[in-house]
Amino acid sequence: MQFLFDKYATQPNADSSATRRPPEASRRTVLKSIGGVGAGLVLGLQLPTAAKAESGAAAVIKGDGSDATFAPNAFVRIAPDSTVTVLIKHIEFGQGPYTGLATLVAEELDADWSQMRAEAAPANAALYKNLAFGVQGTGGSTAIANSYEQMRKAGAAARHMLVEAAASTWGVAADGITVSKGVIAHKESGKTGAFGDFAEAASRLTPPSEPFLKEPKEFVLIGTHLPRLDTPAKSTGQAQFTMDKTRPGMLTVLIQRPPLFGARAKSFDDTETRKVNGVVDVKLLPRGVAVYAKGFWAAKKGRDALRVEWDESGAETRSTAEIVADFSKTAAAPGKLVKEAGDAERALSAAGNIIEAEYVFPYLAHAPMETLDCLIKATDSGARVWAGSQMQTIDQGAVAQVLKLRPEEVEIETLFAGGSFGRRATPIADVASEAATAVDAIGRKNPVKVIFTREDDIHGGFYRPLFVHKLKGALDADGNIAAWDHVLVGQSIMEGTPFASMMKDGIDPTMIEGAEDLPYAIPNLRVSVHKKTLAVPPLWWRSVGHTHTAYATETFLDELIALGGHDPVEARLKLLGDTHSRYTGVLKAVAELADWGATVEEGRARGVALHKSFNSYVAEIAEVSKSEEDGVPRVHKVWVAVDCGVAVNPDIIRAQMEGGVGYGLGHILYSGITFDKGRVVQSNFDTYRSLRINEMPEVEVAIVKSAEAPTGVGEPGVPPIGPAVANAWAKLTGKRVRNLPFAPITG
Amino acid sequence: MAKFALTVNGSPHEVDVDPDMPLLWVLRDELGLTGTKFGCGIAQCGACTVHLDGQAQRSCVTPIEAAAGGDIVTIEAIAGPEAKAVQDAWIKHDVPQCGYCQSGQIMSAVALLRETPQPGDAEIDAGMTGNICRCAAYVRIRQAIRTAAETLKG
Repeated sequence: MQFLFDKYATQPNADSSATRRPPEASRRTVLKSIGGVGAGLVLGLQLPTAAKAESGAAAVIKGDGSDATFAPNAFVRIAPDSTVTVLIKHIEFGQGPYTGLATLVAEELDADWSQMRAEAAPANAALYKNLAFGVQGTGGSTAIANSYEQMRKAGAAARHMLVEAAASTWGVAADGITVSKGVIAHKESGKTGAFGDFAEAASRLTPPSEPFLKEPKEFVLIGTHLPRLDTPAKSTGQAQFTMDKTRPGMLTVLIQRPPLFGARAKSFDDTETRKVNGVVDVKLLPRGVAVYAKGFWAAKKGRDALRVEWDESGAETRSTAEIVADFSKTAAAPGKLVKEAGDAERALSAAGNIIEAEYVFPYLAHAPMETLDCLIKATDSGARVWAGSQMQTIDQGAVAQVLKLRPEEVEIETLFAGGSFGRRATPIADVASEAATAVDAIGRKNPVKVIFTREDDIHGGFYRPLFVHKLKGALDADGNIAAWDHVLVGQSIMEGTPFASMMKDGIDPTMIEGAEDLPYAIPNLRVSVHKKTLAVPPLWWRSVGHTHTAYATETFLDELIALGGHDPVEARLKLLGDTHSRYTGVLKAVAELADWGATVEEGRARGVALHKSFNSYVAEIAEVSKSEEDGVPRVHKVWVAVDCGVAVNPDIIRAQMEGGVGYGLGHILYSGITFDKGRVVQSNFDTYRSLRINEMPEVEVAIVKSAEAPTGVGEPGVPPIGPAVANAWAKLTGKRVRNLPFAPITG
Repeated sequence: MAKFALTVNGSPHEVDVDPDMPLLWVLRDELGLTGTKFGCGIAQCGACTVHLDGQAQRSCVTPIEAAAGGDIVTIEAIAGPEAKAVQDAWIKHDVPQCGYCQSGQIMSAVALLRETPQPGDAEIDAGMTGNICRCAAYVRIRQAIRTAAETLKG
């Protein structure tokens, strides 16, 4: 009966444009169009299987949905006790979609926040696809943006049906009924009721095809400070992650992967491994040698005792310096043209005041706190996966392919993930497919949980790719920027993956985003790119191409502005003119917030940076001094102004700006992955250094008021922090840091 | 394999494991107490912090033979005025993002406040510097500890 469910679930999002209430219309006129009884009887039973199953993701916060009597669509479940459970199609790994998407439903449902619950939706692309991707998955800071109307319509449809049910039960006209904070009321008769009172009756009604949505001025929850639904479970140790999940008979699997990218296991000797207490089996898998054991410690000891011979004939064996030298040589000439205005080359050759700069950005690991993991059990007829699945459709397809199942025979329970920053969204579903090969290799006898150690994670590739940028700029006689030539060299993330269809003219947009769409009025400009192919797998890393393009463009711009003798904020505003109001809006807001231009404490300096990513605009000002301990910047305070359209949950936006600043800062100051003859030098947090609390600045955030549709906040806080710090550092020390990170890379 | 006795969250337990098995994996894999997290395995990140005889301890590098006989408290049973103040403040400030490191952060914060009931900002940083949060929720961790200290002042 899944088709019935599909039919109604897809209705609310059939139209991508907002269904606005006509000025003269009201809810009451639409209620009359509601049809009869019938389908609702069935709808009430159409719970997706995973929604009925145990949900480890939300032991504390869940309403579970399994006792719901009213399921008007794929997203909303209302139980007799009036709890409203929202099935969340996006993974929760910190950016707040459980709270944000539940807010959108609650707003149109006129629910009380205390009755709202959130639970992970099962893997089912037909119902739960990301409307920005066409498959089920999370990324690109799209969770709120793509769900904004879909979730509101889901809530509005449920409200509509509850009101109709109440009207029918009370024998009153629906237009006399109001709903507020979860209370359905009919003033004239004095009758009141809760959602649960009408859940069963509402389940017999047909969902409206076009539920009316509120105008933003009518919002009572959107834009207010609502507490996160997942905080209590995460403050008491009760939140369940994949790492915490077990099944009867489960074996823990650690995989010995190749020491070089592109190498393969040739043979192995497991004599010593099999002597380790608790080790059950050892198998050769496509991507390494798997040790199966009762528990982590036995698996680790067993793997430590393993001896593997590797075929390194196709491997990347260069050291980082050689790769950088190669990229740098390539950067000397223009690459494939992606943007041109005027004649940059001629303007550069004609100008007297020219600067040239080369930037080197290292490979970066994501290093989420919860190391990568995946639990799977499988039979010949189906499989069930428990994972922090960021791209459910891709994971589902990959597991199905390995196990020779149909995708719909693979169920995925998406659990909380202990961070991702992009790492759980590999186009090849590396972890889920490894888990599938591991369970298959033992004849699908036991459930298995593949766990990465931190060393596996740091050594494991799928890094933010290494990039070299070469920039040339020229000033005219008045000190204004006359020419800009930007050459980028790096790997493509999309090429050779299912995402290659998003490439245009052979160019991967993630290589050039943030460099090819400069908002500044520069008369002669050229941006070009060279694509390199290496065996080191690259991946999106919180803010993707913007991680390096924002740094290169905003520091180089700052250098040219300084050379011309202008103020960094004033000069940017002038270059933006009056056609980039959202850029100028955040820049002015951050300057005001920080009191830019005020006297700065002795020994400190301030720098500014401005960048748009994922359709959100962010400006940051950083105040730095020189650390006496290690000579790198000590960042005291960061001011942030963000314009992300309608602010659904201002406190979560602030939290994402704070976290984005910290994540970006840690990496530009301390982090880098380097290779010694192809071998990754770093291995854990002792060598791949993370920002710690004593290195975290205070952060003050201003959210620019906007009526635009909401855009993401998970990533856009990251890009400006590097250049803001670097620009402050240049002012303080006179030194332009172009080779990241600031601190020496350890190994 | 050998037998070890230990008290966890007030209850006596006996486990039969390798003497070098870290306390972290005894708690997680033998006793099913999964609130204490694995993050690095080398005492660099603090996600595995528990209280051993009242002291904050990185359980990932504490072999069971060294912890045996000890009185261990984990996030599942942390109690007392400091713990309540800290957990309430964590919820008030919506500290967690991904939440994975938060058990360890809370165990460290409670230990800090038991030792230094009214810490200054530098003492908060010093007391919490062993706990990595990759989401960088540090601004709120600081705020929450300040709030908890205020609460404890009464």
